[in-house]
Amino acid sequence: MATSEPTVDDLAPTLETNVAADEPPADAGEASEETVLHASDLTVYYGTEQALQPVTAALPEREVTAIIGPSGCGKSTFLRCINRMNDQIDGCRVEGKLRFYGKNIYDNDVDPVALRRKIGMVFQKPNPFPKSIYDNVAYGPRIQGCDDDLDATVESALRRAALWEEVSDRLDESALDLSGGQQQRLCIARAIAPDPGVILMDEPASALDPIATTKIEDLIEELAEEYTVVIVTHNMQQAARISDRTMVFLTGGELVEFDRTAKIFAEPEDQRVEDYITGKFG
Amino acid sequence: MSAETAEEQDLFEDVDLRGIKIRGWLFHAFCLVAALFGVVMLAMLILDVLWEALVGFAIGLDPITFLTSTAHRDPFSAGFIAAIVGSIWLMVFTVIFSMALGIGTAIYLEEYAPDNRVTRLIEANLTNLAGVPSVVYGLLALAVFVNAMRLGPVILAGAIALALLVVPIIIVASQEALRGVPDGMRQGSAAAGATQWQTIRQVVLPAAFPGIMTGTILALARAVGETAPLLMVGVVLESGLIPGDPFSRFAAMPTEIYYWAFRPVTEFHHLAAYGIIVLLTVMFSMIASAVYIRNRYERIR
Amino acid sequence: MAAEDGSQSTVDAITGDVTAADRRRNRRVRRLLFGCAAITVLTTVAIFFALLDNAFSFFYEIRLYEFLLGGEFSQRVSVWEFVAGTQWYPNHGIAPAFGILPLLAGTFLIVVLAAFVAIPIGTATAVYLSLYASPRTRAYLKPTLEILAGIPTIVYGFFAISFITPVLLRGLLGPFGIEVGRLNALSAAIAVGIMTIPMVASISEDAMAAVPDGLTHGAYAMGASKYQVAIGIVIPASLSGILAAYILAVSRAIGETMIVALAAGHSPNLTSDPLAEVQTMTAFMVHQVRGTSAVGSVEYQSLFAVGLALFLITLAANLLNDYVKRRYREEYR
Repeated sequence: MATSEPTVDDLAPTLETNVAADEPPADAGEASEETVLHASDLTVYYGTEQALQPVTAALPEREVTAIIGPSGCGKSTFLRCINRMNDQIDGCRVEGKLRFYGKNIYDNDVDPVALRRKIGMVFQKPNPFPKSIYDNVAYGPRIQGCDDDLDATVESALRRAALWEEVSDRLDESALDLSGGQQQRLCIARAIAPDPGVILMDEPASALDPIATTKIEDLIEELAEEYTVVIVTHNMQQAARISDRTMVFLTGGELVEFDRTAKIFAEPEDQRVEDYITGKFG
Repeated sequence: MSAETAEEQDLFEDVDLRGIKIRGWLFHAFCLVAALFGVVMLAMLILDVLWEALVGFAIGLDPITFLTSTAHRDPFSAGFIAAIVGSIWLMVFTVIFSMALGIGTAIYLEEYAPDNRVTRLIEANLTNLAGVPSVVYGLLALAVFVNAMRLGPVILAGAIALALLVVPIIIVASQEALRGVPDGMRQGSAAAGATQWQTIRQVVLPAAFPGIMTGTILALARAVGETAPLLMVGVVLESGLIPGDPFSRFAAMPTEIYYWAFRPVTEFHHLAAYGIIVLLTVMFSMIASAVYIRNRYERIR
Repeated sequence: MAAEDGSQSTVDAITGDVTAADRRRNRRVRRLLFGCAAITVLTTVAIFFALLDNAFSFFYEIRLYEFLLGGEFSQRVSVWEFVAGTQWYPNHGIAPAFGILPLLAGTFLIVVLAAFVAIPIGTATAVYLSLYASPRTRAYLKPTLEILAGIPTIVYGFFAISFITPVLLRGLLGPFGIEVGRLNALSAAIAVGIMTIPMVASISEDAMAAVPDGLTHGAYAMGASKYQVAIGIVIPASLSGILAAYILAVSRAIGETMIVALAAGHSPNLTSDPLAEVQTMTAFMVHQVRGTSAVGSVEYQSLFAVGLALFLITLAANLLNDYVKRRYREEYR
C-alpha cells in the first residue's frame, strides 16, 4: 500500500520499511495495520489523585485518532503522555507502558527530548514564537542540528500546512502579525517541519473561528496521508468528520470505548457513550 | 409636588451629614496637598538647580570651558570632562558585570531553580541585598578589591561596587520580564524536542529581552548617580586627568558634584549646579530610552 | 526483517545519545547560572565577613583572619567603649574617643525628623492616589513621583544646602529670631524625608490596592463617605502593608549617605536639637575615608566598625520588613 506513494517514503523514511513489510506486528489489534503507539495499563496520577484510569489501546499508523469526552476527563492528560510533556508537571506520575514502535517510552533509557523530536505537538492556543515566520518553521530542524537546505524544508512544511500561498512573500515578518487561524497553521507547519511521524493535537481549533476551523480540519485530513495524527477535541462533530478512530474518555479518566469512528457514532457499545454522544450527559 | 418634597425632607430628617462632610472635605484637601507636595518639591529642586546654574553663568562661568576642561583650583577654568569620561568608563564595566550576574541569576531562578531551601535562601538574600545601604557596597569594594586584592582605588573597583549594588534591581526586573513570557511558548518549544537551554536561549530570552533591557537601563540610571560607594572606593576628588584605562584612578560625575557642593567657595556651588544638569540630562535620557523600549516592544505580551 | 529495522531506527532515535551534546550543554549552562545565583549569596557573606574581619582589627589591632591563624592580639578599643561611649573623636591625636553613640544619635535624629515629613505626606499621597485621584491625575502623578524617587541623593544634598537651609528654613524661622546654621540636622532630614516620600507612597498604595473591593463596596453600601471608608476601612485593612512601607523607608533613611554628608554637618554631637550639626554613621564614613589616615590604623579601621554597625542595623530593619510583609500577604490569600 505504501509503495504507490513515493512522496511519503521520501518524507518518512523510518515509516517506509514498516509499511513495506507485510508482516503484521505481534500485538496490533488490527492485522492489516502497523501499530505506532500501544498503551497498556497506562495510568497517570497527579500527586495522589488518579487522572487517568488504566488505558489499553493500540493506535494504528497514518490514521486520525480522535479523543473525545467531557472536560476534565483526562483527554489532554493521555495526549501529553505520548510525548512525555507530563514530565514537566510537578508531582505527575505515570504507570504502565506506552510503546512507540514497540519501545516503552517510559523506560529509563528513553530520552524525552529526543522522543519529542519524533512526535510533534500542536497546542490549543496558537503559540508562535516571537520570531519571523521563517524562523518559527525552521525552529525544529535548527535545534536538532539539521539545517542543511532549510529553505526547502520550510517551504515544504508551509505548503503541507496550507499556509505557503498566504505567507510566501513575507517570511521575514513576525509570526505574531498573523491572524489566529494562520498562527495555528504556522504552529502545525512548525510541528511537521522536522518530519516527526506522529502529530499530537490538543484541541487545535477551539480558539478559532468557524472558517479557520474548517481550514484546519481539511489540513488534518491531508496530514493523515503522511502522519499518524492524534487529536483531542471537545467537538463531537469535528471528531466524526475528521477521524478514523475515536477514543471516548468519560469523567474520572476512564477510557470507555475505543473503536472505528463510524461505529462509535452509529452504534456505541457502552450506554454511557451513547448518552454522551446524543447529548444526554457531559 | 411640594408635598412630596416635604415628605422627602422628612425621610432624611434624622440624617445629619454636615460633620462628616466637613471632615471629609478637610481630609480630601489634606491628601491633595500631600500629593501635590511631592510635585512642588520636584519643581523647586529643578528650579533651584537651574537658578544656581544661571547665577553661575551670570558671574562668568563658561559652560563650554565646563564641558571641555578637567577640574581645577580656579572655578573659572574648572571643568567636568574628566568626571564625564570617568562615569562612562564606570558604566561600561558596570554593565558588563551586572548584566551577566543579574540576568544569569534571574534565568536560574525563573527557569531552572527547583522549589527548595537553597532557592528560597537565594531569594530571601536578594530582598536583603536590595536593602543594604549603597555606602556598604563601597566598603566591601574598599576592603576586598582595593585593599586586600591591591587593585587600588581604580575604575574597575568602583564598577564592581556599582555592579553589585544594582544587581538586585536587574534581577527583579529580569524575573518580571521572564515571567511575562507565556508558558505556551515554553511548551511549544519543549514539544518540538528542545532542551531547556535551547528553549531559553531561542524562545524565552528573545521574548523577554525588551523587558530585561528596560530594567537594566533603569538600574544603570540609578548607578550613574551613585556617589557614596565611589567615595568609599576612593575617587580623586578634584580630577585633573582623563582616565585612559580601567586601572586608572578616576573621578565620576556625582563625586565631582559632591566635591564642588562641599567646598565653601560659592563659585563651586554653581559648578556643582552645572554638573547636576549634565548628570540629570544623562539620567533622564537613559530613563527615556528605557521607556521607549518598553512601549516599542510591549505587544509581545 | 525490514519492519524490525524500521522500528529499530525510531527506537534508536529516542534511546540513543542523539541529544547527549544538547543535554550536556543544558547541564553546563544550568551550573553556570546557578553560579551566578550563588555569587549573589556570596556577596552578602563577603560583606559581612569583610566588615567583621576589618572591624576586628579596630578593636584588637590584628585582623580576624590573623587572629584565627593564631596571631597575637592587643586590645586597642574595648567593645564596651564602642557601644556605650558618648564621645566620638577617632582622629584626635592625643585623646581619641571611640563611642558610637553620637553617630547613632545623629542617625536617629535624622531618621525621626525625616519620618515626620515622609510618613504623613507619603501616606496621604497614597490615600489620594488610591481613593481620590482620577485616572488622568494618576497618569501625571505617578510618573512625577517616580522621577522624584530617581533623583540621585547627591542632588538632594545640593538642594538641602542651596535651598532648604538658606531659603526655606531661614525664611520660615528667621522672622522668629531663630538662627539657622549653614549645616544642620533639620535641613538634611527634610531632604531625606522628601526623598523617601515616593517609597512610602507607592508601597502604601500597593497595600491599599490589595484591599478587596468587597470590603470597600460593603462600606459604601452602608452609607459610608469616602473619608469614612479611607479612615475606617482602607487604612486599617492595609495597615501591615503600610507599616512595611514605613520600615523600608526608615531603613533607607538610616543608610542614606550623601544628603547627610553634605548638609548635616561634621560634628558628632550627642544632641536632640534639630538645628545643631550632627554626624550620622554614614556621613562619618564619607568624611573619614577622605582623610589621610593609614590603612590598618585604628582611625582607618573605625570605618569598618561603624560600617558593620550600620550593616547590622539595616539588616535588622530589612528582616523586620520582610516579616511584616509576609504577614500582610497572608491576610489576603
